Amino acid sequence: MGLQAIFFYLFAFIAVASAFMVISAKNPVHSVLFLILVFFNAAGLFLLTGAEFLAMILLVVYIGAVAVLFLFVVMMLDIDFAELRSGVLQYAPIGMLVGLIVAAELVVVIGGSVLTPEAAKAITMPIPNPATRTNTAALGDVLYTNYVYFFQIAGLVLLVAMIGAIVLTLRHRTNIKRQDVSKQVARTPATAVEVVKVKPGQGV
Amino acid sequence: MDSFFSIYVWPGIVMVAQSLLLLVCLLVFIAYVLLADRKIWAAVQLRRGPNVVGPFGLFQSFADLLKFVFKEPIIPAGANKAVFLLAPLVAVLLALSTWAVVPLADGWVIANINVGILYIFAISSLEVYGIIMGGWASNSKYPFLGALRSAAQMVSYEVSIGFVIVTVLLCVGSLNLTDIVNAQHDGLGTMMGLPASFLDWHWLALFPMFVVFFISALAETNRPPFDLPEAESELVAGFMVEYGSSPYMMFMLGEYAAVCLMCALTTILFLGGWLPPVDIWILNWVPGIVWFMLKSMLVFFMFAMVKAFVPRYRYDQLMRLGWKIFLPLSLAMVVITAFVLKLMGWA
Repeated sequence: MGLQAIFFYLFAFIAVASAFMVISAKNPVHSVLFLILVFFNAAGLFLLTGAEFLAMILLVVYIGAVAVLFLFVVMMLDIDFAELRSGVLQYAPIGMLVGLIVAAELVVVIGGSVLTPEAAKAITMPIPNPATRTNTAALGDVLYTNYVYFFQIAGLVLLVAMIGAIVLTLRHRTNIKRQDVSKQVARTPATAVEVVKVKPGQGV
Repeated sequence: MDSFFSIYVWPGIVMVAQSLLLLVCLLVFIAYVLLADRKIWAAVQLRRGPNVVGPFGLFQSFADLLKFVFKEPIIPAGANKAVFLLAPLVAVLLALSTWAVVPLADGWVIANINVGILYIFAISSLEVYGIIMGGWASNSKYPFLGALRSAAQMVSYEVSIGFVIVTVLLCVGSLNLTDIVNAQHDGLGTMMGLPASFLDWHWLALFPMFVVFFISALAETNRPPFDLPEAESELVAGFMVEYGSSPYMMFMLGEYAAVCLMCALTTILFLGGWLPPVDIWILNWVPGIVWFMLKSMLVFFMFAMVKAFVPRYRYDQLMRLGWKIFLPLSLAMVVITAFVLKLMGWA
């Protein structure tokens, strides 16, 4: 267990420290980079608990896609750092309140499982033995059989959100030229070239 | 104390030694891959290529390495120093770390993990960070444009690569890279009653996906004809404009490590990994690593030839190919493959 504990504290410490840096870094781009470090360490923690599939999906989805978009937006924005800092004291009480609520909820959850350890046995889905059944297969079984409708609905919700974003930003400009590859390929000399016999001294 | 040694220290030493051996072999191999790239390019254009340092120019890459290392690194005054230096490190470390799960022959793998293919996919989706960070930290127009281009490009082609990998996984039923190769022992050829041969590998059964994967791999690694991020005629050198000496070399090293990885991945997914082309004793006697290297080098030869004779894509063409052709095609193939496997009872 020793090595696992060392890695747990390593990942947890870096995650918490870089989470602190996310909110305290002066430059927003540095904040996003620290956020990526948080995700990375969270993936490490997932690996330690044996949730290898979730760890990799966290890397692919959150770091490979979501954080790239974050970084894009933050880099493109023209941000006045001083102005960004000015409201800190004003918003601090609200932030502290939110933090307190989250901390209280954590205490309730952890305290509950400490006081009544038998509650964990009430989980309706049996957890398969990781030695015989891989993470990926177990998750797939649950997602695509027991919860297939919820899965489909989640997909539909995302689709609606995507269509909404496209509708909001789509605009048809009339006076621009677009390339139509099939049209270009279908062009023949007969349709593209007009041969004109020009008589001397007359022009076309 | 004795058990502490046998549980932690000795396996640790073995692991470090294995990793070092793989890294050294890989770096030497990359040096020659770089030379081969230049030589093939030169041969296509009827030039000699690098031929001065060593016999046939064999030591050219090492001379280049020394040149880069001894040059003075220049950091632009307006650059974000930490991120500027971190970017090439990220690029090269990520590209090299993917090799931990690549099986070079049966059992020749440092980390034989269950989700090997996902690991490679995840880490190669992170490689875009080296480029974005480098482009942004340079605090200059061309690098930033190059970084934006490349980020959009890599994210686009990852989608189709993901779906291609899914089709292969459907046929295999495992995310482990060793299992993926072993599953190619029998396939289309043995189903037709032939002995085990190269016809069993996935390239034949999933031929459209093989082509899509090869082209997406070119785009993912920013190789010509998709080298828009560093298009020298438009962006000078893209995200690398402000880089020189060792940081620049690290970007190049990362790029070629990623190219080699894509060659290895094509070999594993579609060309049967370390399996011999025909199952007869004399070919089985040849070590698996030799077949793996030969196949990877064949794929790299294709990479180099494409670089030599395909003109560069325009940016909108690149996006069109990725989103309007490859994405629907690979998505359709996922559905078709799943249906065929289910209906024929092969899954």
